[in-house]
Amino acid sequence: MATYLEFIQQNEERDGVRFSWNVWPSSRLEATRMVVPLACILTPLKERPDLPPVQYEPVLCSRPTCKAILNPLCQVDYRAKLWACNFCFQRNQFPPAYAGISEVNQPAELMPQFSTVEYVIQRGAQSPLIFLYVVDTCLEEDDLQALKESLQMSLSLLPPDALVGLITFGRMVQVHELSCEGISKSYVFRGTKDLTAKQIQDMLGLTKPAVPVHPARPAQPQEHPSISSRFLQPIHKIDMNLTDLLGELQRDPWPVPQGKRPLRSTGVALSIAVGLLEGTFPNTGARIMLFIGGPPTQGPGMVVGDELKVPIRSWHDIEKDNARFMKKATKHYEMLANRAAANGHCVDIYACALDQTGLLEMKCCTNLTGGHMVMGDSFNTSLFKQTFQRIFSKDFNGNFRMAFGATLEVKTSRELKVAGAIGPCVSLNVKGPCVSENELGVGGTSQWKICGLDPTSTLGIYFEVVNQHNAPIPQGGRGAIQFVTHYQHSSTQQRIRVTTIARNWADAQSQLKHIEAAFDQEAAAVLMARLGVFRAESEEGPDVLRWLDRQLIRLCQKFGQYTKEDPASFRLSDSFSLYPQFMFHLRRSPFLQVFNNSPDESSYYRHHFARQDLTQSLIMIQPILYSYSFHGPPEPVLLDSSSILADRILLMDTFFQIVIYLGETIAQWQKAGYQDMPEYENFKHLLQAPLDDAQEILHARFPMPRYINTEHGGSQARFLLSKVNPSQTHNNLYAWGQETGAPILTDDVSLQVFMDHLKKLAVSSAC
Amino acid sequence: MNVNQSAPPVPPFGQPQPVYLGHHQSSYGGQLGSTTAPTSYGAYNGPVPSYQQTPPPGVSRAPPSAGAPPASTAQGPCGQTAYGQFGQGDVQNGPSSTVQMQRLPGYQPFGSAILAPVVSQPAVLQPYGPPPTSAQVTAQLAGMQISGAVAPASPPSGLGYGPPTSLASASGSFPNSGLYGSYPQGQAPPLGQAQGHPGAQPPQRSVPLQASSFTPPASGGPRMPSMTGPLLPGQSFGGPPVSQPNHVSSPAPQALPPGTQMTGPPGPPPPPMHSSQQPGYQLQQNGSFGPTRGPQSNYGSPYPGAAAFGSQPGPPQPLPPKRLDPDAIPSPIQVIEDDRNNRGSEPFVTGVRGQVPPLVTTNFLVKDQGNASPRYIRCTSYNIPCTSDMAKQAQVPLAAVIKPLARLPPEEASPYVVDHGESGPLRCNRCKAYMCPFMQFVEGGRRFQCCFCSCINDVPPQYFQHLDHTGKRVDAYDRPELSLGSYEFLATVDYCKNNKFPSPPAFIFMIDVSYNAIRSGLVRLLCEELKSLLDFLPREGGAEESAIRVGFVTYNKVLHFYNVKSSLAQPQMMVVSDVGDMFVPLLDGFLVNVNESQAVITSLLDQIPEMFADTRETETVFAPVIQAGMEALKAAECAGKLFLFHTSLPIAEAPGKLKNRDDRKLINTDKEKTLFQPQTGAYQTLAKECVAQGCCVDLFLFPNQYVDVATLSVVPQLTGGSVYKYACFQVENDQERFLSDLRRDVQKVVGFDAVMRVRTSTGIRAVDFFGAFYMNNTTDVELAGLDGDKTVTVEFKHDDRLNEENGALLQCALLYTSCAGQRRLRIHNLALNCCTQLADLYRNCETDTLINYMAKFAYRGVLNSPVKTVRDTLITQCAQILACYRKNCASPSSAGQLILPECMKLLPVYLNCVLKSDVLQPGAEVTTDDRAYVRQLVTSMDVAETNVFFYPRLLPLTKSPIENTTEPPAVRASEERLSNGDIYLLENGLNLFLWVGAGVQQGVVQSLFGVSSFSQITSGLSVLPVLDNLLSKKVQGLIDSLRAQRSRYMKLIVVKQEDKLETVFKHFLVEDKSLSGGASYVDFLCHMHKEIRQLLS
Repeated sequence: MATYLEFIQQNEERDGVRFSWNVWPSSRLEATRMVVPLACILTPLKERPDLPPVQYEPVLCSRPTCKAILNPLCQVDYRAKLWACNFCFQRNQFPPAYAGISEVNQPAELMPQFSTVEYVIQRGAQSPLIFLYVVDTCLEEDDLQALKESLQMSLSLLPPDALVGLITFGRMVQVHELSCEGISKSYVFRGTKDLTAKQIQDMLGLTKPAVPVHPARPAQPQEHPSISSRFLQPIHKIDMNLTDLLGELQRDPWPVPQGKRPLRSTGVALSIAVGLLEGTFPNTGARIMLFIGGPPTQGPGMVVGDELKVPIRSWHDIEKDNARFMKKATKHYEMLANRAAANGHCVDIYACALDQTGLLEMKCCTNLTGGHMVMGDSFNTSLFKQTFQRIFSKDFNGNFRMAFGATLEVKTSRELKVAGAIGPCVSLNVKGPCVSENELGVGGTSQWKICGLDPTSTLGIYFEVVNQHNAPIPQGGRGAIQFVTHYQHSSTQQRIRVTTIARNWADAQSQLKHIEAAFDQEAAAVLMARLGVFRAESEEGPDVLRWLDRQLIRLCQKFGQYTKEDPASFRLSDSFSLYPQFMFHLRRSPFLQVFNNSPDESSYYRHHFARQDLTQSLIMIQPILYSYSFHGPPEPVLLDSSSILADRILLMDTFFQIVIYLGETIAQWQKAGYQDMPEYENFKHLLQAPLDDAQEILHARFPMPRYINTEHGGSQARFLLSKVNPSQTHNNLYAWGQETGAPILTDDVSLQVFMDHLKKLAVSSAC
Repeated sequence: MNVNQSAPPVPPFGQPQPVYLGHHQSSYGGQLGSTTAPTSYGAYNGPVPSYQQTPPPGVSRAPPSAGAPPASTAQGPCGQTAYGQFGQGDVQNGPSSTVQMQRLPGYQPFGSAILAPVVSQPAVLQPYGPPPTSAQVTAQLAGMQISGAVAPASPPSGLGYGPPTSLASASGSFPNSGLYGSYPQGQAPPLGQAQGHPGAQPPQRSVPLQASSFTPPASGGPRMPSMTGPLLPGQSFGGPPVSQPNHVSSPAPQALPPGTQMTGPPGPPPPPMHSSQQPGYQLQQNGSFGPTRGPQSNYGSPYPGAAAFGSQPGPPQPLPPKRLDPDAIPSPIQVIEDDRNNRGSEPFVTGVRGQVPPLVTTNFLVKDQGNASPRYIRCTSYNIPCTSDMAKQAQVPLAAVIKPLARLPPEEASPYVVDHGESGPLRCNRCKAYMCPFMQFVEGGRRFQCCFCSCINDVPPQYFQHLDHTGKRVDAYDRPELSLGSYEFLATVDYCKNNKFPSPPAFIFMIDVSYNAIRSGLVRLLCEELKSLLDFLPREGGAEESAIRVGFVTYNKVLHFYNVKSSLAQPQMMVVSDVGDMFVPLLDGFLVNVNESQAVITSLLDQIPEMFADTRETETVFAPVIQAGMEALKAAECAGKLFLFHTSLPIAEAPGKLKNRDDRKLINTDKEKTLFQPQTGAYQTLAKECVAQGCCVDLFLFPNQYVDVATLSVVPQLTGGSVYKYACFQVENDQERFLSDLRRDVQKVVGFDAVMRVRTSTGIRAVDFFGAFYMNNTTDVELAGLDGDKTVTVEFKHDDRLNEENGALLQCALLYTSCAGQRRLRIHNLALNCCTQLADLYRNCETDTLINYMAKFAYRGVLNSPVKTVRDTLITQCAQILACYRKNCASPSSAGQLILPECMKLLPVYLNCVLKSDVLQPGAEVTTDDRAYVRQLVTSMDVAETNVFFYPRLLPLTKSPIENTTEPPAVRASEERLSNGDIYLLENGLNLFLWVGAGVQQGVVQSLFGVSSFSQITSGLSVLPVLDNLLSKKVQGLIDSLRAQRSRYMKLIVVKQEDKLETVFKHFLVEDKSLSGGASYVDFLCHMHKEIRQLLS
């Protein structure tokens, strides 16, 4: 076998799975001593251009408690046409369709290279995708105009048979009826009143066919969905109407007195959106897209009062328990999120405002339903426009990169149990033999609902080894895990993607080296970070940091090589070498540090961290820094203040921001206009190079990062300075006497100091 | 008044018209009797004696009381005998004799007076006071000659009356008797004129008397004038020439079908009727009458006399039976005619305190010279008892019927608007009364004394003006507030809500679009009409376009608001389904200027019928609709009016949801009142909010079944709105009526967000209010909206002594927002006399106003008491009023005499009409909704409306020559008056019937209906074909003019004699016994007499 690195990469490409450990400690006790839990990063719908879906349904294990899906790991008796389930060892008959099966004539799902198979389910009615726009009208005129244009543009991107609906809100909430000629109709709700789903449906006339069947078409009773959905119409039918309607959309007309915020009924609007879909299209793929330009200021879910003199809550207020609306609002949105999730509808939030908009309270709407959260300064920015456009991007097959109403089921072999998942999902509360009693993340279930997901949506799934120490696993035994993702494809097909993986067991006492070598520090860092972030949502920041530190120290103690009490002797093997550095940057990251971030920003960052795949997550933890100079091709450099040199151009990618930083000299040259002189064309090229690279990143990234072009001494340089390791600060600058790099004015510890402490603690016998 | 009295003040009053002053002082100040008398006396006396010498011996008052020999000969006996008869049903005029007697005397003077143009003028002035009093009608039940007839004469006779004094002496008993005496005399002449009346009664009158008396008059000039009047009705008028026989004969010649008619009323018809009635009557009354029996029996015996009477006429004789001759009892028609003739020609000048204005049925012009026109304020009495004891004794309610925004005929100028600048209207510091002509300036004009509370106030420098030698301000005539009874002030910002000048009001049209409304075609019709109607919103003065903004809402069980902003390409509809918690979904674009948004509105009105064409929604809401309109006005910060078009009982789940609780079994039980009470208190609460916002609600109902008008009308009622009801609305049949009402309702001038306060001078105080409004405290009448048709009736009570010198003052101040959004104060002032003698009170009463008050009082009573109690209360009160008169004012006479005050001689007949109205005595076909509807309608009716509503007008169409284009004189509302060869129109302000007798000539049928025979006329027809002939045009013209007189469009219904629709029609013949048990006029009169006698004994 090749190196573990290749193995890991191969696995990731094929199955979208990366484990923290690729050889598993064979007993519960040992597993817990490994510090980093046995867990994996799973990208359920990882794009697999080379994997055509099979057009039949999977074969299930007949044991009712198992129902695992036939996979390459199963033992097959071709003669008897039997197969043994590798999870429960049940022997199953092949269905009649498999009569022709033989060693040479295997169905795809039995071929080893098809550890991931996608089935297309032909049964059941296909329901169109649904897009429900929920639009804030309390916007500035140009913002609203920009938003209207974006929305109109999006109509052309939608699948033609998709159903669309429009809800607008400000002081009131209007549900627009889209099918009417000559007069535009809308149902209006008070923005201050919390309504139950039933009330909403009654008021919208959804509980019974309020519209009498037209005499012209009484013969089509099957068309019932359209009867009950005056508010959701096929885009091809009402394209023009809706475009006009959006065009005529006005700012909320109610006067906003001096010193007040506009009254914005986001809570009720969302509640109505959820209620509307709940009543008309339960368990159908649907996307509620909420566009907000400010915080909810009235009714249920209000985040801040309308008095401008009272600012919206900050972390400081929250710590002081001074955020009076937060709990109630959070509860409201959680309730909505859970209802939406239960019906398989996902909620996107597009918040564009200079101040906070209440994402902290609303985050669960996206986090629980797999919706997108986009935060920007204005709808009139390319950040929003392109991000929004990208939502409707298509894959190589011309399908939208979105899937709906997914259910992820995890099956494990009996030595393992599943402890939980962290990602854009909710628990389906399915108990089963493979559900652990200990919870990590969202646990207590073997199935999760992911209402909206795309090819990059990634979950962290945590397991527990339950095999007892005294029940050794036979040599060569492998543990297996099967991930079954049932989802609605954007083509409205129902599909099932099945990934079955297996890893070797190893005795941690005798084969620790194996296990060590099979450690995937990147995956481990992301998985631990997810755990940390997950905890940070409910715990105090310092506690989480302390927990992370402790875990890191324990890991170092476990796998480091050192002489007790001698920090200098401390060494980590290659497979662990980067891990402490990840942890260092993680500690400084906005996911765990709220300093300098508003609660909304924190929520926004955490949201994305909990759903991006491994590569992106790592970038978030430890931004990438490229250096451009005349000395050679662009090279990645250390994320360190020492990398900030006068004759370099730096390109930093933090996932959320792309920063291009011109060193002092470069900046001077640029100011002097050398790039415009023909003889300095190479300088022009140098300046251009990072821009081109940035564009490339910008194109691939969702959501669009904030693009920052700055230079030495520029105010925006702070984005760079706050990220780099402060190896040189005002404290040690002169002491070190170095000539290069830029000092960072901070009291934060540098990586060096951090490592020193770590070593000291790791080798100390005290802890 | 006190103030006025003080030396200087006096002038102000009179100031406007020096003439008056003189009069005033002389007449008023002095003893009425004495002063007035003198002048006229002379004249009179002259005649009187002469008269006396003439045949009618009893001329001098004596006869009545003493049963003067002469008259007595006839009468004396008659009297008694008559009484007997009376008891049995006939009425005899004890007094009649007197009347007659007086007649003679009256005549001459009268004749002279009347004839002489000169006389008329002064007559008007002076006499007023007295003349009305003369109204004293003495009627003997027995003879049933109610002198009623007298009435007519009275007014004009004024001057002539002078002679009364002589009478006075005769009567002796009355202090005023002098006057009285005179009156009767005066009356006499009228009788002569009116002869019709008496004519009918002549029977009892001693033949000789009549003969004698009549003949002269007949020949005399006086009769002539009256004659013209009488001619038409053919009633008894024809009679004049020959007393009774005349009666009979006269019609014959004049009326087309003389014979028949004759037979009709007096002759044959009566007998059956009577006979049938009589028994019933007796039966009914026996119980109660029991005690009285004695007298009755007595009557009985004399009865024969009556027979004799009957015999006189000749034909009637066969029916000697004890029965009152309907012609002998006071006739409303006669009274109205006489008033018209006597007072219609001269303008009514308001300069003098306590003048009784002409009847509402009379067309007259008003000249404002210091008191509010009777079009604005009418009182039950223009002479108020000085003490509460007197008032209690008389039981005559003291009430004013106020119509602050009444429309005036084009000849009369609407009130001047006075602008006092930033300081606002000048008011008394203590009682806050507004500056008015009665305020007394003192100290050289530096101060003024309030005429209401006597407080001395400083005159602000900018208002200062010197006084002339009479103590009157030099500029008095330049300032409306110092010289007129009615005027307006521009209000300052202090008078505005929130201290902000109001924005122009808004109209919101709220249209029911449930299944019923769509199916009946209402929605389509309405939307079509609104398109053009919106161009005619009320505008102020010469404004080019109306300032009023409009908004639209449709609803079934949810509400649809419409954005019709002018910038929109198409209207936007906003549905609010949260009816439990109503709100207005839009701000901008809901209320718009009609011209700016014309295109969008038209588009909307085009689409509404289409949008809901297929609706199956049958449930509606109601309270949320009003709530929505109110909230919309609130959001727009303006007052306004909601026009609600509603079809069904609001049963959808929402606030104000109602259930069907119609239960006819409750009628005549103690629970009957619940039928009039609202089902839920929610509407009162809602109404209160509406009033606070100045949101007036007009409700148009189109029910197919029970909709609970009692509850639905609560809000319109409390917000000063109107309710219109079109049962079983069909576009084909009811379109005209609905559209006409709608147009009128939309176009009429309205005041918004009004507060009315009635201030009175010390001594009396407004204690009770009736009408469509809301009151938050005991003094301020709050009206979200007030239009020119709405009337508020105010009752006064004493809280102290009044004095005759000062009289009593009323000031009604109405603060309102005009339809252009201007805040104004309209002030009406009225000065009344005070009296220490009951007779003065009775002489200055106005029965029509009294009935207006009593009806409103009773109609409100049914909310809280069983209907029977209410009826009994009415009867008792009426009996007390009349008994008090009998006891204190009438000349002593046999207890068997029914003596009615001249001014109140119609009280019994009108009261009977009230008693048998649908609300108080429902017929089988009257629905609960109808009763509630009528009940609330009457609440804000003015005097003219109640008058015709309770006593419908019955106009014969074919009696007078076709060429005669004037309105034919009415006939009494009794079946007896219908001749089967004629066609009649009957109207009561709400309904209009065309009754076609079975014997109508074919030619008439042809020219009116365009069909060849009676049998081909469609019964129930609501439109007459337009035919090119004189008769048709005349009838059409008449119908049109009748409709123009009324505030609501009257749908025509053609009723054929003997058709089944006729029962409906007969319901309106109010002098007859009604199917639902209402007494006939005659029966009721007897009953009333009995009651009175009980009280007296």
